[in-house]
Amino acid sequence: MNTALTQPGAPMKVRGIQKRFGAFTALDNVSLDVAAGELVCLLGPSGCGKTTLLRCIAGLERQDSGELYLGDRDVSLLPPQARDYGILFQSYALFPNLTVEANIGYGLTGSGRDEVRQRVGQMLELVGLVGSEKKYPGQLSGGQQQRVALARALAPAPSLLLLDEPMSALDARVREHLCTELRQLQRRLGITTLMVTHNQDEAMLMADRIAVMNNGKVEQYATPQEIYDRPATPFVAEFVGQGNWLPFSRNSASHAQVGGMNMRLADDAGMAKSGRLFCRPEAISVNPPVHEENLFPAKVREITFLGNRCRMSFELEQLPGHPLLAELAPEAMPRLGAQHIWVALPPRSLQVFA
Amino acid sequence: MFKPLALVAAVLTAFSVNAFAAKTELTVYTALEAEQLKTYKKAFEQANPDVEIKWVRDSTGIITAKLLAEKDRPQADAVWGLAASSLAILDQQGMLDNYAPKDLDKIGKNYRDAANPPAWVGMDVWAATICFNTVEAEKQGLTKPVSWQDLTKPEYKGKIVMPNPASSGTGFLDVSAWLQTFGDKQGWQYMDDLHQNIGQYVHSGSKPCKLAASGEFPIGISFEYPAVQLKRQGAPLDIILPKEGLGWDIEATAVIKGTAHKDAAQKLADFSASPAAMELYKDNFAVLAQPGIAKPQTELPADYEQRLIKNDFAWASKNRDSILTEWRKRYDGKSEKVAGQ
Amino acid sequence: MTLPRQVSRAETGDRVFVVGGKLLWLLLLGIAVLMPLLAIFWRGFSSEAGQGGGLVAARELVTSANFHWLLGNSLKVSLSVAAIVVPLAYLFAYALQRTLIPGKAIWRGMSLLPLMAPSMLPGIALVYLFGNQGMLRGLLSENIYGFWGIVLGEVIYTFPHALMILLSALSLADARLFDAASSMGASPARAFRSITWPATRQAVFAAFCLVFTLTITDFGVPVVVGGDYQVLALEAYKAVVGQQQFGRGALIGMVLLLPALFSFGVDAWLRRRHGDSMSGRAQVFQPVPSALRDACYLTIVLLICAVLLLVFGMAVYSSLVKFWPYNLSLSLNHYQFEDTAGGGWLAYRNSLTLALCTALIGSVLIFTGAYLMEKTKGQKGLNLALRMLSFVPMAVPGLVLGLGYVFFFNLNGNPLHVFYGTMTLLVVCTIAHYLTTAQMTATTALRQLDAEFEAAALSLKAPLYRHYLKVTVPICLPALLDIVRYLFVSAMTTVSAAIFLYSPDTILAAVAVLNMDDAGNVGGAAAMSTLILFTSAGVSLLLAWASRGALRRSQAWRQTAPGQ
Repeated sequence: MNTALTQPGAPMKVRGIQKRFGAFTALDNVSLDVAAGELVCLLGPSGCGKTTLLRCIAGLERQDSGELYLGDRDVSLLPPQARDYGILFQSYALFPNLTVEANIGYGLTGSGRDEVRQRVGQMLELVGLVGSEKKYPGQLSGGQQQRVALARALAPAPSLLLLDEPMSALDARVREHLCTELRQLQRRLGITTLMVTHNQDEAMLMADRIAVMNNGKVEQYATPQEIYDRPATPFVAEFVGQGNWLPFSRNSASHAQVGGMNMRLADDAGMAKSGRLFCRPEAISVNPPVHEENLFPAKVREITFLGNRCRMSFELEQLPGHPLLAELAPEAMPRLGAQHIWVALPPRSLQVFA
Repeated sequence: MFKPLALVAAVLTAFSVNAFAAKTELTVYTALEAEQLKTYKKAFEQANPDVEIKWVRDSTGIITAKLLAEKDRPQADAVWGLAASSLAILDQQGMLDNYAPKDLDKIGKNYRDAANPPAWVGMDVWAATICFNTVEAEKQGLTKPVSWQDLTKPEYKGKIVMPNPASSGTGFLDVSAWLQTFGDKQGWQYMDDLHQNIGQYVHSGSKPCKLAASGEFPIGISFEYPAVQLKRQGAPLDIILPKEGLGWDIEATAVIKGTAHKDAAQKLADFSASPAAMELYKDNFAVLAQPGIAKPQTELPADYEQRLIKNDFAWASKNRDSILTEWRKRYDGKSEKVAGQ
Repeated sequence: MTLPRQVSRAETGDRVFVVGGKLLWLLLLGIAVLMPLLAIFWRGFSSEAGQGGGLVAARELVTSANFHWLLGNSLKVSLSVAAIVVPLAYLFAYALQRTLIPGKAIWRGMSLLPLMAPSMLPGIALVYLFGNQGMLRGLLSENIYGFWGIVLGEVIYTFPHALMILLSALSLADARLFDAASSMGASPARAFRSITWPATRQAVFAAFCLVFTLTITDFGVPVVVGGDYQVLALEAYKAVVGQQQFGRGALIGMVLLLPALFSFGVDAWLRRRHGDSMSGRAQVFQPVPSALRDACYLTIVLLICAVLLLVFGMAVYSSLVKFWPYNLSLSLNHYQFEDTAGGGWLAYRNSLTLALCTALIGSVLIFTGAYLMEKTKGQKGLNLALRMLSFVPMAVPGLVLGLGYVFFFNLNGNPLHVFYGTMTLLVVCTIAHYLTTAQMTATTALRQLDAEFEAAALSLKAPLYRHYLKVTVPICLPALLDIVRYLFVSAMTTVSAAIFLYSPDTILAAVAVLNMDDAGNVGGAAAMSTLILFTSAGVSLLLAWASRGALRRSQAWRQTAPGQ
């Protein structure tokens, strides 16, 4: 048995996976590359196909067509036991009649008793549950159960780790803490990981890259930064983070007409003749001290205090009926006083969608 | 260390040698009353020590059905004690091996199959009898019936039990007798009237008498063997032989065609017809297939045999199906009782 | 690296276990269930003269007024029985699982009484209680013989069957759901409607269907206490036995198959809507103390148990009475079985053998079969065929199944003929006959397990058969032991199939009971039934005691830790 904590992670390739359930297309020609040691999140609303994709990779579902590669092995048609991965289910699926020790050691066949015990001890140390060997899952808290399930999945030193909504059963406070822990663990082990979640905060926190899925397709596959700053489709833009939508029609190569305003666009703003502009709230400057481009009058509607920042809902004077959001530092609030303000929408922050 | 082993081996060999001492096992199907089986078997095996009887006992209907179900692969070697009316059906199906037992000439002509050699040979006769519970009769103020017609009196409503002719040989012999005695039209009329008084139809021939003995129903239409036995055990029964005459059937013996143990089966047939066997039957039945031996039971009148009606077995056998169909149509399963049909 | 070798061994092991196991199960079911059934159809539709079969006869049968009357009677009886039994069983099960009444083990034990004796026994007891010479005759205005006799007898006979299903469903509850409900201000009634009822709804329908089918296909009770109230099962018996019309019997048997098809449909439909499973995170439910609730339920339980005790006590008493009703002195002469056909004691010994073999072999086969069908994917057609086949025995009256066996195993040229009349065939027939309830218990228990257990095991490269033995069986041990007990006791009390399959060597105790009652020896019948009763009860207690230690060990993980 391998005494190293885990295998070096293997890269994973998904090629053209197609899966239908009756008339419903769950996965529509999905392709993905995961580098060795990377943590990739499959993010999307329910029904988008992320769990189906995970299960196809695990061999728990059979894809209609397409290939899967783990390392240099073609695992497309292999049964689950022949692939080489560990999986953490939403419900953890811990065996209630086995102790923590027995659960973790479940996949360690073909090794002597001492080796198994040693390995189990290693895993418990890894997840911080030393001393719980003889307990039963029913006696542990949710977070502890998750860690046991993780330890069990990792014990046979697989080259791929699959996580199916691992945090959904935990409360928010514990969640963030565990996200960080999990991420650190994953980095330390260097194990290729694929995680399914519908929670964008988790994805942003943990992932090296995020695949945003919708209706069986991958809409964008990029780093969190890119996804946030340069969403590839309106869906991605809306799904991750907050955003403002401004309907426009093209005036010229560099300018767009938004309501009664002529806004300057960035140089690489594409050629769309009309559509919507997308702008993040935090990119908008309110009452900027110096003159900025795209400076327009606006009317404050409501300010919400969020602790470390404020959210302001406002309307551009020349674009009535379109409530927009901006973010302010709390210090900026008293300065507002008046209802009428000036807002600047930097060209750089305006993304064009047809 | 080997001594105990050798001992065990020797004992085992002794046993197996014994087993191989060629005792033929004969599978005998029968509808004889359960209490009679032990005695008959013992007597036969004493006379034929190389044959061992394995009984398969059930009521007439079930045994007949079993035999027919196994037509293609008979399990029985012989039949000892089944209604002749059933054996006639088996004969029609070609399942019997005609054989003339040694003492055939002593058997009365009416009490054996007409063919030569006969397909079946009778043992004894069993006839209809009314079991009447005197204690219950007194409690419920019932008068004692003396004829079949009496049973249709309204005071007996719900108080009579009789066997269902579809399942019981005794029941069938009753119906056959009434139809022969009263004629077709009046026979059915009689049964219509009787039906109003029937509390229950049961499946076995002896049960009505046992129910009468326990007072569950005061009047049971049954046959003489259980009546005599129960009375001897102290049941408060009066044994009534109705005026018009008693229906009856013959218990008979036959060899099954295709049996692997033909010799042993024929030995059985021989024994069944022999005087020794007749002595056995004498204890249980008043009328035997071999005339002249019978001694009437103390509980039954001396002229018992004369009370039997003239029975046309050929007619009964031929019409069995249609009689039963008609009977079932009228009494078995309609909620409305069809009167005067 | 050892990885590739491990993988292929686990894989082949699993393929043998899953596919091989399913194929073997299919073969066994095919021979034990399907072939005899086909033999019945063949007999029913063959127009052999005098048999009452064939299409013309079938049409005649179905349109006759007699048939409608029989069908009406059977339906009336079965619906009444189901409508009475299922609510009673639900209340009883609820009392045992969700309240804190004392003495639960005693009530549970008593509820099993009707299982321990042939179905004739309640009938016999009812006659002694309410018959014309019955002890409590005055209580009843009408004759016990007839509709109410059958209904009462069947209610008692089918009660434990319904109870078993409902107990299994009500036993697994997640405490967190109830905590959630009460914290939202839901009354106990509301919690019941929104949590308990949906979780047990499927089991209620299953129980209803089972009781209905058991009743409509039973002939033990109607034979003893039905009087002239005819039902279809009895009609099949009479068609075959009284009139030698196998075709007709087979036709009626085919009619009696309809409830099974219906049950299967309902079960399949409900299956699609089924969601919940017990995950490793479920917390065991501890009922909240409530004196009023406990008092009410205790009363109900006591009433039901009192009725059961009365009936069975009466049967035991009547077996000791010398000559009912004129000589009430006690004696054991009814127990002297030497004069009974086949030798009563031989019948008893045979029944013991049958019961042991059926229980041990049957439980292993059925539970493993249920596991393969429920928890493994990939052989959809095979699974469907297996599931359909496993439901068939429930609807086939034991009588018709027995007939089917006679027709099939007695065919000229059938190589399996060598089994006819042997104990082996009786074991196979009995397992087949009682397959469905045992399987439903197994399936109910298996469905409560997390659906992802197998996936987790596969991902850990653990072979499924090992998972089955290490995880599934220990968790489902209570259900498994219930199945062993059920099969043992059912085999002790079975009569309707065996009545056609026994040979002089293999006569059974329950058949002896029927023979004795048919012949009017009711005392002897009561005696043999009592013997069966005490044997079954004794063995059940023995089983319970022997398994208590094993259960205690595996129960450690079912308890919630303090201070959780």
